[in-house]
Amino acid sequence: MAYSFPEEVLEHVFSFLTSDKDRNAVSLVCKSWYEIERWCRRRIFVGNCYAVSPEIVIRRFPEVRAVEIKGKPHFADFNLVPEGWGAYVYPWIAAMSAACPLLEEIKLKRMVVTDESLELISKSFKNFKVLVLSSCEGFTTDGLASIAANCRNLRELDLRESEVEDLSGHWLSHFPDNYTSLVSLNISCLGSEVSFSALERLVARSPNLRTLRLNRAVPLEKLPNLLRRAPQLVELGTGAYSAEIRSDTYSNLAEAFSACKQLKGLSGFWDAIPSYLPAMLHVCSGITSLNLSYATIQSPDLVQLVTQCRNLQRLWVLDYIEDRGLEALAASCKDLQELRVFPSDPFGAEPNVSLTEQGLVSVSEGCPKLQSVLYFCRQMSNAALVAIARNRPNLIRFRLCILEPRVPDYLTLEPLDTGFGAIVENCKELRRLSLSGLLTDRVFKYIGTHAKKLEMLSIAFAGDSDLGLHHVLSGCESLRKLEIRDCPFGDKALLANAAKLETMRSLWMSSCSVSYGACKLLGQKLPRLNVEVIDERGPPDSRPESCPVERLYVYRTVSGRRVDMPGFVWTMDEDASLRFS
Amino acid sequence: MSPEKGNDLPESEYSGCLKTELTLGLPGGLETPKSGSKRGFSETVDLRLGSSCEDEVSVSTPPPSKAQVVGWPPVRSYRKNMMKNCKYVKVAVDGAPYLRKVDLEIYTSYQELLAALEEMFTCLTICNVVNERKIMDTSNGTEYVPTYEDRDGDWMLVGDVPWKMFVESCKRMRLMKSSEAVGLGPKASSKGLSIS
Repeated sequence: MAYSFPEEVLEHVFSFLTSDKDRNAVSLVCKSWYEIERWCRRRIFVGNCYAVSPEIVIRRFPEVRAVEIKGKPHFADFNLVPEGWGAYVYPWIAAMSAACPLLEEIKLKRMVVTDESLELISKSFKNFKVLVLSSCEGFTTDGLASIAANCRNLRELDLRESEVEDLSGHWLSHFPDNYTSLVSLNISCLGSEVSFSALERLVARSPNLRTLRLNRAVPLEKLPNLLRRAPQLVELGTGAYSAEIRSDTYSNLAEAFSACKQLKGLSGFWDAIPSYLPAMLHVCSGITSLNLSYATIQSPDLVQLVTQCRNLQRLWVLDYIEDRGLEALAASCKDLQELRVFPSDPFGAEPNVSLTEQGLVSVSEGCPKLQSVLYFCRQMSNAALVAIARNRPNLIRFRLCILEPRVPDYLTLEPLDTGFGAIVENCKELRRLSLSGLLTDRVFKYIGTHAKKLEMLSIAFAGDSDLGLHHVLSGCESLRKLEIRDCPFGDKALLANAAKLETMRSLWMSSCSVSYGACKLLGQKLPRLNVEVIDERGPPDSRPESCPVERLYVYRTVSGRRVDMPGFVWTMDEDASLRFS
Repeated sequence: MSPEKGNDLPESEYSGCLKTELTLGLPGGLETPKSGSKRGFSETVDLRLGSSCEDEVSVSTPPPSKAQVVGWPPVRSYRKNMMKNCKYVKVAVDGAPYLRKVDLEIYTSYQELLAALEEMFTCLTICNVVNERKIMDTSNGTEYVPTYEDRDGDWMLVGDVPWKMFVESCKRMRLMKSSEAVGLGPKASSKGLSIS
């Protein structure tokens, strides 16, 4: 064909395309573009490990260098998914070990990773560089020792928020003495001590180290030893941030901090005591990201610290900051983009701090760049939500958690439909929304009508009837992930919008009113969906068809039914009726 | 509807110190350590919210007591565990075949701690002396002095510093036989306070 470019040229052009969307679009143009693209795609993102099999991925993209895979549904974070549900990474590692020896990066989220998998990774990929295990579980420090010992080119080891069985702190010593390529290390989730001298030596021989996130067991007195050996750090997670109050400890710390001229991000601060906070003052002006969400310090000290960070873009903090602290934040940190306020006492019956809707309103007024919010509080009003919506039409993520379910507008005692309605109507770019408080079907009508860019929606203890679910499924054009718990949504809306589910990544419904019969029907009608019933009461067909299932997880897949389901998960498909006879 | 909220105590989400304490005891008896827990969430089991899902949505009256619902509020287990101050330290008793571990964070005073130790090592009782704390093995009259190793590696007598500071700096404990604790032991005579 005279008018087509040679393959090499096309490949070169495609190499500038980094987003999956673009690459997917390119691959649909014609067969030859599909072929060329698939041979040069290096990064793959699998949003649901059961949506596709490792074999299919490898067959299509044989030159993959970096994979990112997500496993369990989001609500697994809140104990709604029983142990043993699945999301095992081993099959992926095994397949890639055989076919992709040049693999460099593995990033996993909410997956079960065993020591066996880690050992296989360490031995299979000679150029392995990046391992990120986010909210994973199933491995021990022995697995980490394999990684340390065998991955000569490792740059990043990030265990963020994973559950690791701590067998020994000596795994760190398995990094060879001539290993110097470490760029990022995050061991903040480890419970017990790592060998400090090994850590110190590792840091000392890692000139490219940019990110170091320590675990709680590293004492504050020892932090300067590390900082002095890594003044080039950009991100630091401290260990426990308390010590006996001694002036030499303080001055050591302050001096060490002031030598770190490139610090942009700080986290850690477990058990923080206010006396040691001023040691950081020198670095505050450069800080753009501050995670104080484990620091149980009170408002005045928080304010003093936060208001020094004039260039702050991201703040995670406990509700100890209170309304007045947020007001001060709004006045000082005009570049703030993301705010997360976590509850210090989520299960207490009475409020222990003076944090209300007012704090969030202040920040929405004072911070013009605010786009991402996660806010736990005890009271909310429609007026406040409307104000927030009007102040910040540029919001992209809005997650509000009123601690008590079904709490109405505390001023008018009405549902919060109007308030959330204002959010979706004004914030036209909203991609993620979590609802709470007293809500009727009306809020879902607003969402279906206005939230056209919404990709992820989380609903709990809300709505009156199937109409609510119907509004969402029929109206939210961009919806990819929908997770619902404890809502009176049932069969009608689900079956009426069954086809919608094929356009989404997944749907989770627990403690709702979806019957077993409807699940079966859904599974039979839509073979490209896996309709999985999770029920710890025993086989669903031992109960009447009209009986609601405990939990339902529906997701699209090109790989058919899972083969690793535990005893409490049943898949609804064409064979369902045959299998249960 | 909403079957999950009915019957199970949401203990699994609070993978806390209470749940993980073993109850092996030294020869002499098997007792679960007194918890002395101050955590409000362990108290209420009222599951009103379970039933209200079936009722009409009530607008004006929120549930009177704080109900425990699995996975709500949506705070990740990781965060819950991190927020808990779990401070497990080893406790050795001279002459005992194995050590125990206690979580110092669940006690609020020396008295509570010693009482817990007393339950753990059931052959021992606390002897209360003015300003001193001693423990006695009533079966053979051996006296023990509670000591602890602090952050600097020094062995200190339990009870000198404020409770919180003790919890902060204690790395492990040892109930040392009085005969060894030369120079540390109390001078005043002990008033026994035996608890069977």
